Amino acid sequence: MKKNLSYMDSVHRDGRIWNIGVMILLLLFPVAVALAFGVLPDWNALVIGLLATAPMYWAVGAIETVTFVPMLGAGGSYLSFVTGNISNLKLPCALNALEQNQVSANSEEGEVISTIAIATSSIVTTLIIILGVILIVPLTPILSAPVLQPAFEQILPALFGGLGVAFVSKNWKIAVAPICLMLILFVFVPALDASTVGIMVPVSALFTIAVARILYKRGVL
Amino acid sequence: MEFSVNHPILFLMAGILVAVVLGQSVFFLIKALRRSKELGMDQVKIRKTIGTAAVFTVAPAVAIVISIITLSKKLGLPLPWLRLSVVGSMSYETVAANNALSGMGQSLGSAVGLNAQQYLNVLIVMTVSIMMGIWLVPVIGKKLQSGMTKLGNRDAKWADAFSNSLFIGMIAAFLGYVFCDVSRLWDPSTRFVTQTVIENGAEVEQQVAVSASSGMIPVCTMAVSAVVMILCGLLMRKPKLKWLSEYALPISLIVGMAAAIPLTAWLS
Repeated sequence: MKKNLSYMDSVHRDGRIWNIGVMILLLLFPVAVALAFGVLPDWNALVIGLLATAPMYWAVGAIETVTFVPMLGAGGSYLSFVTGNISNLKLPCALNALEQNQVSANSEEGEVISTIAIATSSIVTTLIIILGVILIVPLTPILSAPVLQPAFEQILPALFGGLGVAFVSKNWKIAVAPICLMLILFVFVPALDASTVGIMVPVSALFTIAVARILYKRGVL
Repeated sequence: MEFSVNHPILFLMAGILVAVVLGQSVFFLIKALRRSKELGMDQVKIRKTIGTAAVFTVAPAVAIVISIITLSKKLGLPLPWLRLSVVGSMSYETVAANNALSGMGQSLGSAVGLNAQQYLNVLIVMTVSIMMGIWLVPVIGKKLQSGMTKLGNRDAKWADAFSNSLFIGMIAAFLGYVFCDVSRLWDPSTRFVTQTVIENGAEVEQQVAVSASSGMIPVCTMAVSAVVMILCGLLMRKPKLKWLSEYALPISLIVGMAAAIPLTAWLS
């Protein structure tokens, strides 16, 4: 048990160092650009730009942190909140790995498995992007070919179809109510679309937890 | 120095940051691999996990490259390369860049090139506005995690149901999203999409009519992917086809995406 605690503690210690370090480096990038080209920001426009963008995305970021950290595990969280693409890539990848290895997300094995899956996915993503940047000239006509556009536009439905089957079939008792609720909301509320699905994730998660709690208390699970 | 959105020094700086982020991923991978050995976990399974994660990542990563190509037309290559290698997305970067430029009479869609000051403003707005998760996880991540561990120690069965509920909740939200345009079938007022086009160097919003059945494209794509997953589930029961279990998700993703091409042609 002692060792168990110390691994988790070391993940948090290392994760904090890495994330704060990366954050400082990211903030230094604009400073370096300002110095290299001898230019200062247009302060008025900057205030307008930040006010229009930051409050909303900070709120979304805070909600995402609380929602995704328990799902991603410790190591996976530190990595995912630096490398991004959480709901469309890192989380499905971790879920699939947990499923494949038949381990619980709350066990230390689960923590290790999700970290391995998310780290691998981050490395592969970064390498493919580097390759894409190097080969951008020959790749552009291929990747922007009109015939391929629908495939990339439908990447989320193609992902969640498979993932849905894998997860819903094993947890159908808790899945029925939230899926019905989300279907009704998304079909009949026009404001719900691609830009608001992120906000609906915590809503749906809270509702599912409530449903699961009721079923658990009644001994149905 | 003469400014250009593709200046070598910008490539160098973006490259350093991408290398650090890559370093963090490698660091955590090695750390977790070591721990898996200490815990005596089956290393064959671990290798399979790495293989599956890598294969699964390819298609979404290519989609990210496409976003970089789109954004690079105005912002140059280094900035989108960095922004989409760290937390961010096509839609977020587009919103952030347009908000940053709106105060300066510029926009992503206009044909006029960015000057150094405009570039700097875009860079700051993009960087600062999405900082939340990066520092919030170090602040509250440990508390959230130890809360889950305590829950697990107190009542393991409920803790499992709790994590599964989070997963199911997320999946349910995205399944709902797949159906968000189905109402086009019976509601003519929803049969349009708003597109931004450039006219005489200025952005103009245009409404483009779409067919009643176009809302079924994502639904049918999802159905194809789900059917492929079910088929994989049935086939991998045969001992010879057990390897399918590792690739079921990447296979259903790719087949679903491929099916979207004829489905889009047919339904739109």
